[in-house]
Amino acid sequence: MGTNDQKRSLPHGLRLVALAGAAALTLTAGLATPLDPAPQQARAADDGKKVLTVAVAQSVDSLSPFLAVRLLSTSIHRLMYEYLTNYDPKDNHAIPGLATKWEPSQDKLKWTYTIRDNSTWSDGQQATAEDAAWTFNKMMTDTGAATANGSYVGNFRKVTAPSPTKLVIELKKPQATMAALDVPIVPKHVWEKVSDFSEFNNDKSFPVVGNGPFVLSGYKADSYVRLKANKSFWRGSPKFDELVFRYYKDQDAAVSALRKGEVSFVAGSPSLTPAQAESLKGADNIQVNDAPGRRFYALATNPGAKAKNGEKFGDGHPSLLDQRVRNALFRAVDREAIIDKVFRGHAVEGAGYIPPRFQDYFWKPSANQKLAYDPAEAARLLDQAGYKKNGDGKRVGKDGKPITYRVLCHATDPNDKAVGKYLQEWWGKLGIGVRLNCLDNVTDPWLAGKYDLAFDGWSVNPDPDFVLSIHTCGALPATPEETGATDNFICDKKYDELYARQLTEYDPAKRADIVKQMESRLYDLGYMNVMAYPNAVEAFRTDQIKSITTMPAKAGNIYGQDGYWSWWSAVPADSGGSSDNASSTGVVVGIVAGVVILGGLGAFAAMRRRATAEERE
Amino acid sequence: MTADATPALVEDEQRTAAGPRVRRGSAYPRYLAGKVAGAAVSLLAVLVTSFFLFRLIPGDPVKTMTGGRQVSAEQLAAYREEFGLDLPLWRQFTDYCGKALTGDFGTSYQFRAPVVDKITEALPNTLLLTGTAFVLYTALGIFLGTRSAWRHGKLGDRVNTGLALTLYSIPSFWLGLLLIIVLSVGIGPLPGMFPTGGMESGGEEGFAYVLDVAHHLVLPVVTLVAVEYGQTLLVTRSALLDEMGSDYLTTARAKGLRDDLVRRRHAVPNALLPTVTLIFINLGRTVAGVILVETVFSWPGLGGLFYQALSVPDLPLVQGLFFVFAAAVILMNTLADLVYPLLDPRVAR
Repeated sequence: MGTNDQKRSLPHGLRLVALAGAAALTLTAGLATPLDPAPQQARAADDGKKVLTVAVAQSVDSLSPFLAVRLLSTSIHRLMYEYLTNYDPKDNHAIPGLATKWEPSQDKLKWTYTIRDNSTWSDGQQATAEDAAWTFNKMMTDTGAATANGSYVGNFRKVTAPSPTKLVIELKKPQATMAALDVPIVPKHVWEKVSDFSEFNNDKSFPVVGNGPFVLSGYKADSYVRLKANKSFWRGSPKFDELVFRYYKDQDAAVSALRKGEVSFVAGSPSLTPAQAESLKGADNIQVNDAPGRRFYALATNPGAKAKNGEKFGDGHPSLLDQRVRNALFRAVDREAIIDKVFRGHAVEGAGYIPPRFQDYFWKPSANQKLAYDPAEAARLLDQAGYKKNGDGKRVGKDGKPITYRVLCHATDPNDKAVGKYLQEWWGKLGIGVRLNCLDNVTDPWLAGKYDLAFDGWSVNPDPDFVLSIHTCGALPATPEETGATDNFICDKKYDELYARQLTEYDPAKRADIVKQMESRLYDLGYMNVMAYPNAVEAFRTDQIKSITTMPAKAGNIYGQDGYWSWWSAVPADSGGSSDNASSTGVVVGIVAGVVILGGLGAFAAMRRRATAEERE
Repeated sequence: MTADATPALVEDEQRTAAGPRVRRGSAYPRYLAGKVAGAAVSLLAVLVTSFFLFRLIPGDPVKTMTGGRQVSAEQLAAYREEFGLDLPLWRQFTDYCGKALTGDFGTSYQFRAPVVDKITEALPNTLLLTGTAFVLYTALGIFLGTRSAWRHGKLGDRVNTGLALTLYSIPSFWLGLLLIIVLSVGIGPLPGMFPTGGMESGGEEGFAYVLDVAHHLVLPVVTLVAVEYGQTLLVTRSALLDEMGSDYLTTARAKGLRDDLVRRRHAVPNALLPTVTLIFINLGRTVAGVILVETVFSWPGLGGLFYQALSVPDLPLVQGLFFVFAAAVILMNTLADLVYPLLDPRVAR
């Protein structure tokens, strides 16, 4: 490996010198660069290849599926490797991936997967159950390989491959999420050569052997990730020949690149701003996709942080332990105003815990149960709970001091700050003070339980198990010094019972029903005020992409889907687009500019010579 | 001033006419040794500071990295052990110093790659951008600064300094975005001429690659030059103005030298000392990258890497970068100290 590095470094050094020279040349020669033969956009590559270019901002953490946790990297792994199952783009239900069929045993502790026989690795070898078994076993036995997805195999007792088309997973306890194992299956014959899984990043030699719709063919940190269409993909080859993720660290620059046609698609991170969406709406050949998102945006209440051993910690306001107070705060938040004023309409009003996009699990309160915006009712509830106003109009706590809640907010999220201002106004009218504590890194006070309320949000998966699990007592830290998986220290017996039931319920409809009961319970408890489901606002060029699958099919999003549907299904537009003309005009203008500047320089030199000649005389 | 003007003039005349000549008495080696020793001590101080400074940042790297994911307590403990965060602080410190002295800054938490690899991957990109800009804005600053001073008070000077000051006060990211809109996307009849961002289109090789990178380099370099040249211009201009009234220039003119030569051979070399200081300070800064311009133009350099490292905090990467940044500044300051006596022998005395 060392020698490889050395081999690379020498030409790079030389190239650098050449580059510095070329750069100086381009600048001093007066905008001669438009003559540069390099293509203005990747899709207009010389050999007529159809290239789909996607603007991204997030750095790749690792290209090893055993290490990667970031959205971009895991999305790329979806494209490179087939998982056992996938999600239907229409309605998110589990459908075949590498496995064609999966069945539990009578005792619910053994799952048998039938592995398809028509999936081959890009080096020609057959993908088999043996590859899947090896992948899971590796994660179960090697801590390095468990870094990213270890939690999926935590409940596995044994994984075997009795035949190339049969995979058997034995469990310690029943687990309803066995059709949602989002683990990339890797080729054993390639990966068994890796010695240290904790440091192997899978980014040195290309193409990387895979069996997904695309094959990773090139990567340069913070510059690009390049994938080639896998022509022998079992579901059918993608329509574009190449898929390139290009880096635009600044979202406005990415939008400019889209306008110009340099990229085909921009998603923003996590979404385009309302202003950017507005500016793109009238633009030629650009379609803005304002789709329901998969996130919820909530206000979490500190229920009195405690550890599994019962030890209490943190300093949440004691008044928040009273459900009436929490409900009063709920009722003093105008969710409609937040959608209109903060999200400018690019969000859906919050209700239950799981966004409406996941229709099987979506729940919303009935008219009776709903804690609608009602400041008068909020005031009544507070009075009833014993938190009355003093002479100054401030509500006082049991300690006799006026109540001021500390609200943890993300300094990097403008929505937090804007909603925070509204909270100050709405709760201020109730006689409650709000102090916004906006930090770059909220983790420390959060995990220490040193907050009263906090802005919270999670991206929800088609299988809701994880976002439900983070409110169980089991997710609390073992001791106050340790970190648990808990979101905000909620621990409720009834909720926990329901959680345990849904995890062992293998009938999808019955399970969905239990999940809805959990959401209802969570709503009543008032610890999680889901204010909005922000939309995923993204945009693409219609002169480059003719059609593309959204998920869910009706009014869904494109970037960060559960599955490879968008990029796999995208159909290239036939027309070359207008930017080719622009680039040739650019060359002409460049030549003119170069001539003008050279002429100017010449005139300047001539004048100087005359001036010095005068001086000489 | 007038009393000792003649000897000074003679000395200056000798030096400037015959090129830099340094008195090699006992002063210079001692001066040199002192400066080098000082730099070595500073480097050691930086090494120690980099360890403790970033441990003051709020945020636990393991918690930040695993936030929002399904991780068991065992996995968290395994992370801590892997990163050495379970060891007492003094052990972490001695391990860090021991390794750092051999050039090993450990493995980045978030990228799972040796820190040295991550830095050497981004360093050439940053140097290409900031180095090219540095050469251009320094040359432009000195050139326009001397012109301005030489004709000070005239329209040319007023336009020059006015423009330089205006550009100097413009935020670089704003100018960058403006250039993207105007020259990259194109506005009205003006077509887009340059790429919106990044360092390469990807896929090019050989000379096409060089041209491609140069094409990508234009806008960020123009932004940097526009924002930075004003400083050099103003320093050069004011230093030269101080020299303008000097008698040795009158003497030079009296000898019948061309105005151009008087400026180039006599005035400018004597006025260059403050500019040289600035040049070395800027040169030291080139390594640290330019985070705003790198972000606007999506340039894969060290500035962006440092930002990402800080947000975890990815301690090994942050420490490594901090050390490299500080070392570059120390190195350049020491070089500047070593060059001063060559320009002005009085410094080493």
